[in-house]
This record gives sequence, C-alpha cells and structure tokens, in this order.
Amino acid sequence: MALIEVENLKIYFMTRRGPAKAVDDIGFSIEKNKTLGLIGESGCGKTTTAMSLMKFIKPPGRIVGGSIRFMGNDIVPMTDEQIRQLRGKEISIVRQEAQNALNPVLTIGKQITEMILEHESVTKKTALARAKKQLNLVGISDQRITNFPHEFSGGMKQRAMAAIATACNPKFLILDEPTTGLDVVVQRQILEMLRNLKKELNLTAVFISHDLSVVAETCDRVAVMYGGKIMEESDTVSLYQNPLHPYSKALIGAYPSLKGERRQLKSIPGGPPSLIDPPPGCRFTPRCELAQSICSQEEPVLKTIDGRRIACHMVK
Amino acid sequence: MAQYLRKTNKAKEFFQLLFGHPMGFVGVAIITLFLTMALFAPLLGTVDPSASGDVTNLLIPPSSQFWFGTDDLARDIWSQTIYGSRISLTIGFVAALITVFSGTFVGLIAGYYGKILDEVLMRIVDFFMMLPELPLMIVLAAVLGPSMWNIILVVSLVSWPSTARVVRSQVLSLKERPFVESSRCIGASNFQLMFSEILPNVVPLMFAQAVLMITEAIYAEAVLSFLGLGDPTSISWGMMLHSVFESGVIAESYWWVVPPIVSIVTLIVSFSLLGTAVSDILEPGYKEKKGF
Repeated sequence: MALIEVENLKIYFMTRRGPAKAVDDIGFSIEKNKTLGLIGESGCGKTTTAMSLMKFIKPPGRIVGGSIRFMGNDIVPMTDEQIRQLRGKEISIVRQEAQNALNPVLTIGKQITEMILEHESVTKKTALARAKKQLNLVGISDQRITNFPHEFSGGMKQRAMAAIATACNPKFLILDEPTTGLDVVVQRQILEMLRNLKKELNLTAVFISHDLSVVAETCDRVAVMYGGKIMEESDTVSLYQNPLHPYSKALIGAYPSLKGERRQLKSIPGGPPSLIDPPPGCRFTPRCELAQSICSQEEPVLKTIDGRRIACHMVK
Repeated sequence: MAQYLRKTNKAKEFFQLLFGHPMGFVGVAIITLFLTMALFAPLLGTVDPSASGDVTNLLIPPSSQFWFGTDDLARDIWSQTIYGSRISLTIGFVAALITVFSGTFVGLIAGYYGKILDEVLMRIVDFFMMLPELPLMIVLAAVLGPSMWNIILVVSLVSWPSTARVVRSQVLSLKERPFVESSRCIGASNFQLMFSEILPNVVPLMFAQAVLMITEAIYAEAVLSFLGLGDPTSISWGMMLHSVFESGVIAESYWWVVPPIVSIVTLIVSFSLLGTAVSDILEPGYKEKKGF
C-alpha cells in the first residue's frame, strides 16, 4: 500500500489580484521505502506541494481542494493539534537554509533532546542517549553534543538538522533541497548520509531539488512539475534516458551530462507562466516547440503510458 | 543532563568572562562593595543611624569621631550612608525582578500570538505607560501610607510596559526566523516555541532591561524620597537629601550632601557597566573570541 496518496490537490494563494494557483489539481502516491523526486523551475510549486504533505501552508495560501492520505488518513481536514502531533513524529522534514534553521542560543544536544521529549514520554537521560545515537548516525561525533550551531560547519549543520528531523523515527521524510548552498564535496557527504539514514530507519521520502543529478542519484521515481501541475511522472531511469514530455526534454536538455557526447546546452525560451492568470490549455504552450492549436485550447490530462504518466497532447 | 548543558563549568566560565571584561570587572567590584555594605551595615555603621546624638554634636564636619560628619540632629552621616544602601538595593532588585518577569511574559505572549491578543495587551501597556508616576505615588502614599513597598509598587506599575514593548518587538522578529519555523515543522507546540525556542534568544535583552530597571528604581526611590514621599522612619539616600534640603543648611554642609549623591551615582553607573558587560558575554560567539 502506498504510504502517501495525494489526489486532486489544489493549493491557492489568495492574492489581491485573484487566487494564484501554486498547486493545481495534482496527484501522486509514494510507496513504502521509496523516494519520489520533485523537480522543476523555481516557483513551479515543488516546495508548496512538499509543505502541504505536513499541512504547513502559511496564509494567504490555502488548501482549497483534494486529499492527502497519510497511511490511509486524510490530513487535510485535521485540526492544528492533530497535525502537530504527526509532525516530527510520523512526518518530518529537512529544510533548505540549514544555516539559519538551528536555534543559535541552544546547544545541538538540547535541540535534539527537546524534539524527543516533545513527542515521547521518555526520561531526559534516555533522550540524551538517543540524541548521541542520532548524531553518530548522521556522522557527527557525539562529543560535539555540547556545541552551539555556530561552532558547526555548513555541512555539519545540515547533518544536525537531519539528526533532529529523524530523532523520533518518522515514517515519512520530506527533503526540501537539502543540498542547496553546499559545495559538491559536502553535497556528496550529505547524500550518502541521507541514503544511510533511509536504510537504517526504513524511510519513505520525497526529495525536492532543482539539481537533476542529485535527484537522479537518490530517487526511485520523479515527478516533473511546471506551473503548479505535474507534467510527467516516471521512474528515474526512463525519465532521464527518454524524457517524453517536451518540458522534461527541455529541462534535461538544459543540464550538462557527464556521459555521452558534448553538446550545446539548450535553455528554455521565455519565463515561468503567471499562476494567477495561467495560459489557457496546456500551461507550457507559450514556450513549447511542439505546440499545436489544440494545446492552447484544451488542457491535457495525465495519461498512463508504460507505467509513466504524461500530460501532453503531442505524446501518443 | 549536566554535560550537554555545560552546567558544571558554565557558571565558572561566565564569571571568568565577566571578570575578564573591563566594564564587568569594575561593575561587579563596586556592586559587591555596596552589597557588602548593605549586608554588614550593623558592623560597618558606627552608631544607630536614626538615633539623635548629643546636642553638642550638631552639623559637625568630617572628623576622626564622625567620619562623614553629622546632620542637624547630630546623627552620624557615615552610618546613614551605609544603611541607606539597604533600601536602594532592595528597591532596585525587587522592582527589577517584578518588572522584567511580568514585562517579558506579556511581551512574549503578545508578540507570539499577535492579532487581537497583541492589540489588547498593547493597549493595556499603553495605559500603564501613560500613568503619571509622581501623582500616582503621591496618591498611593496618601492612601496606603508612605513605605518602601509603595515605591516598589509604583515603580513596577509604570516600568513593566517598557520591558513588554522591547521584548514584544524582538519576539515579532524572532518568531519569523527559520529556526522557529523549522521547529514548528517538526511538531513543536506553541508553548515549546515560546519558552524553549524564542525565550532563550531574549535573555540578553532581559538582562539589559533588568539593569535598566534596577537603575531606574534606585533613581525613582531617590527622587520620591527627596520629594518627601518616602518612608520618613527609614534611612535612605533619598531621605538624606530630603533632610538636608529641609534643614536649610544645604549650602554650608557639603559633607551631608555629597555622600548620598556619590552613592546613588556610583551604584547606578556600576549597574550600567555590569549590564553592558553581561549583554556582551551572552552574545553567542563572544566566548570563542576570548579563546574559551
């Protein structure tokens, strides 16, 4: 059974000029112990989608429709208190900007133990022992438990964040660009740590990134998002070897490949669509090379081809 | 527990840092001096400060018998200065404690919850801020009778709003910081966010406010007593100034005027020095800069 099932999810930001459809009628599911990647340009709704999985949408944003079922229970109608008890305990998150995500005046140990004590009724001694174990798990010596965040390097802060996020053995982990802003060597270490964590804790995860190579390395399936919609969803290997949707093609074409012949990188002309007043029909039409008249008239529905889902009129 | 809180060496470290800070050292030294004065007043004061002396000893300038001279009732001014520190320090500490804790609590709640609650609390703050200190004191002195506790009450009533304001504005900024949002993301409750995440970041501010409140309270005591609103039966620096002004010999008897003024100024300045030093030290990263 899928751990998380999202159906017809719509998240609108109520602006003065009308609702901005940040996430518009998307659906996906993630099987146990699998990782789904969410890729796309900035502003395509990746982070909004991910945050909605723990019902963390700040006003003026609102979930206006659809359902998010976590282990069979819809979290959309849950009260603040109900969802708070899920956060951290069942569903946890490692966010970007780890540099600022730790409390500067509390030791790392205090921040991990507090997290444990908030969700579980254990003694402080047990919590402390578990905090040490967590630090070791993410590759930090437990002697650093009395350190303050400013005594850590950027990569270590990101590790510490992961240690806090997984302290209560969550079932589902949201990784919101966990490697952004780190140099490639540290990125590698973080990815290895995450893989290790996933194995140790049997985690199911959603991985958000605009770095296609990082997604290729970590995810079982990938969903390509554009303008608040899912354009293509596929297993990672087929998507990278043979992208079907013109947007996926363009996105992967815009990224350098280590293997294969050297080629000119292609940029996608134009900019992301307005989410308040999106183009009619397929939202990618104004920038699409293959666009026909039907594309701007009718909105394509996701159709399944060989276990892949594609929303495009031109792909048969 | 102890090891991750660094409790074992935290206090030691703090005092090492404090004494290493020039302002901190001077401040602590002077405050310790006054505290010693207050605690051991009966040993240091040569005679009972409120007992009138021999009629032949009126208004004697400093001498070997009366170190700071005597007043117009032949009372020993040295003893009065020593005993006066008790009132000033008590009022300072008690008033600061009350104002900082109540102010921080209100500021934290108002800043964190915002909206209607913030609006209501801030209007209450406005009300207390606008209370005229002096007329209120005069009225209270008339109704309750003049005493040290009335001074504390009035100083607290009019001072807690400024702490609430300062703390609220800091909380408004802190609650939007990524670390607060991160904690909320991993399921921290409102209570935990307020008291374990935001409050520790406000502590340096609380210290700064506490010091400000101590100095303000000491100053207020001096002013109110000087105006004759203090307790006439107890000896304080403000009362000494009141007496010297009432006696009409203020121009001739410098030895009666100087000790209370110097005491008030020195004590206030030393608390300010301590406050600066403590907020420096509590800043994360200061310790490392000093090689700890």
